[in-house]
Amino acid sequence: MAESENIVAETAEKIFADLADAQTINRDNKGEWKAPLWQALTDAGLPLSWVDEDCGGSGASLAEGFSVLSAAGRFAIAVPLAETMLAGWLLAQAKITSPDGEMTVVPASPKDRMTVNADGSLSGKARSVPFAKAAKHFAVLASDAKGGVSIALVDATKGRIETGLNLGGDNSDTVTLDKVQPVTIKPAPKGFDQTRLMLMGGVARSLQIAGALESMLEISVRYSNERIAFEKKISKFQAVQHNLARLAGESAAALAAATSAADAIANATSFNDEVFLEAVAAKIRCAEAAEKGGAIAHQVHGAIGFTNEHILHRYSLRALAWRDDFGSESYWAVELGKLVCNRGADELWPLVASR
Amino acid sequence: MTAALRFDPIRLPSECEQLRKEVRAFLAEEIAAGTFDPHKPNREDTDVPEFSRKVGARGWLGMTWPKKYGGHERSFLERYVVTEEMRVANAPTRRFFVADRQSGPVLLKYAPENIKMDILPRICRGEVCFAIGMSEPNSGSDLFAAKTRATKTDGGYLINGTKIWTSSAHIADYMIAIFRTSPPTKENRRHGLTQFLVKMKQPGIQVNPIGQITGQYEFNEVVFTDFFVPDDHVLGEIDGAWKQATSELAYERSGPERFLETYYVLTELVRAVGTNPDTRSAEGIGRLVAQVHTMRRMSVSVAGMLQAGKEPVVEASIVKDIGTVWEQQLPHRVRDLAAFVEETATNRETLEKQLDFAIKTAPKLTIQGGTTEVLRGIIARGLGLR
Ligand SMILES: Cc1cc2nc3c(=O)[nH]c(=O)nc-3n(C[C@H](O)[C@H](O)[C@H](O)COP(=O)(O)OP(=O)(O)OC[C@H]3O[C@@H](n4cnc5c(N)ncnc54)[C@H](O)[C@@H]3O)c2cc1C
Repeated sequence: MAESENIVAETAEKIFADLADAQTINRDNKGEWKAPLWQALTDAGLPLSWVDEDCGGSGASLAEGFSVLSAAGRFAIAVPLAETMLAGWLLAQAKITSPDGEMTVVPASPKDRMTVNADGSLSGKARSVPFAKAAKHFAVLASDAKGGVSIALVDATKGRIETGLNLGGDNSDTVTLDKVQPVTIKPAPKGFDQTRLMLMGGVARSLQIAGALESMLEISVRYSNERIAFEKKISKFQAVQHNLARLAGESAAALAAATSAADAIANATSFNDEVFLEAVAAKIRCAEAAEKGGAIAHQVHGAIGFTNEHILHRYSLRALAWRDDFGSESYWAVELGKLVCNRGADELWPLVASR
Repeated sequence: MTAALRFDPIRLPSECEQLRKEVRAFLAEEIAAGTFDPHKPNREDTDVPEFSRKVGARGWLGMTWPKKYGGHERSFLERYVVTEEMRVANAPTRRFFVADRQSGPVLLKYAPENIKMDILPRICRGEVCFAIGMSEPNSGSDLFAAKTRATKTDGGYLINGTKIWTSSAHIADYMIAIFRTSPPTKENRRHGLTQFLVKMKQPGIQVNPIGQITGQYEFNEVVFTDFFVPDDHVLGEIDGAWKQATSELAYERSGPERFLETYYVLTELVRAVGTNPDTRSAEGIGRLVAQVHTMRRMSVSVAGMLQAGKEPVVEASIVKDIGTVWEQQLPHRVRDLAAFVEETATNRETLEKQLDFAIKTAPKLTIQGGTTEVLRGIIARGLGLR
């Protein structure tokens, strides 16, 4: 990892540690910690990491932004940082300047479509849009009747929002646009489509899931060294050790898959099958790791981990929730399977061994 | 602690791409010439001496070793590419693989100069086959229970006892083995074992084949009766083999061979399913491909650590643990999906034969080279739990 990536990620990590550490969040169940955290993140230019300086952002590289998302995952923070970063990135594709404040992307599922009407207004329904309720603006990807793809900035108050909550208790809302006139709308660059937005979102979520798993491993190891049963630390029981070794394996696999995908996207010169494989494999593997790893972390913690007061659910439930955003693992597995079959059996290994 | 879990996204450098092309072209030629059949993992002919010599002649053995011993001073990443291409093609690597992966590096580190000059160049030419003599009838996971004795005599040692599960002992020219030179001490039950180079096919060694449930003969019982080993065949420290043997295992645990042994069933499934999969087959294949991709990225990352001179003991154990569990499950998952393959699919029969063999192979995958339980113990130690 290059020096500069570390600096951006370290800045993020320091802000999270200061303002979104476990104690702060546990003490303040009304969520008052969110405003100072968002302010600090904004002051550091992190929400608009992926927006060039001349468009009002901080012009960090893709790689730097990805390492911020890893850190966000390790803290499992619940502010729309990833969403605003993605929205800024989407708008920047069409050279649309990002406004201040929280944003999110619409749609957030490969199954939902937004359309551009003949008069330039936008219509459509998008489900499970993360933090739509908190967003001041939406970055919208929409297509017109002729198949042209556009990117638009939309004032969030112009949409209808039905509040929903995901497994982790964060906003995951249904957004309906009914002939909404965007603030700005521009054509997407050639070749840019909804799949690409979904994969970028998927890689963001993969990094967050992997980060959450790293934290689950850390707190589970720590807990096993503190909890005494049958007159010894539970970490001394071989069965517990083996569970933690499996959790380490899941965490390592998630981290490897997610960082590899981020690296592939950050260095991609074209969006080909190899990049597709990296991105979807990360989402599939991280989602599977969230399921298996989360179960082990809870097992190790016993009943205490099942309580509201304990920090574990902050990681485990968010990791589980993030599986659903930007296409679930089963959705992407079908797409990947189709791609592999289409290319044919003898092209499978060359695809896997492409990097 | 989390430092142990960094798997940096190493990208293979451009020289690897060139090399990969060369290896693929070579393997295609050998397949065309009938040297081996890539669709027959269950071959009786996995020992193909000419193939070993050809691989050696290409410069693909001892790739990372010094030139003065016949090596090629290339990178671990280049070696990685050769290994994975051979494995995916089901190439007959049995004769040279252990020497190249494991025994050669041990000799490089611990053998006296005359032995290195003698044996290493021959390994590089693909002329010698090695076996690993660690396990004994009452010493598998518990390596330090090994009892086979090496008793000091004039100019060397006399060996008495039995090794077991010794892969390739029936064709091997040499074995690197651990023998008991003194009893364990109270403080250190690992003490007292010494590593030796054993020249096979000599009086005093009897190799008895042991059949496997796959129908293959791969491993053996090796009985030593007053077998003489000269002094200069001692490798490393007397009574201190435990340090050496455990670092040797890191080589054995990190490579692509630890998740690709049953990979061929996935390729054949894709072939049988055809270009237009139903949803269930597509999802199943997609999940399996995501897994193999992730395993490979982890394994390449470990090769990068070796290249950087690190000793990734915990990382290698993680790769071997999840890699072998995966390659063990793979044939069963492919079997699930094979139920949807059309009767008329052209390679249905090949797929079924391969599945049959892979399912029989599967139980051993999480045992050879250290069991899952033993690996998880090592990972747990890496996590600071023991
Ligand atoms: C195909 C194949 C090839 C092989 N080739 C070679 C070779 O070339 N050379 C060689 O030396 N050996 C070889 N082996 C042997 C292999 O290394 C051993 O089988 C392995 O180390 C396990 O030892 P074991 O079979 O004695 O089982 P045991 O040690 O008896 O183990 C039986 C079960 O008990 C578990 N167990 C044992 N101890 C513990 C513990 N402390 N904690 C938890 N669980 C435990 C094991 O994990 C396993 O599940 C080969 C094995 C196979 C299957």
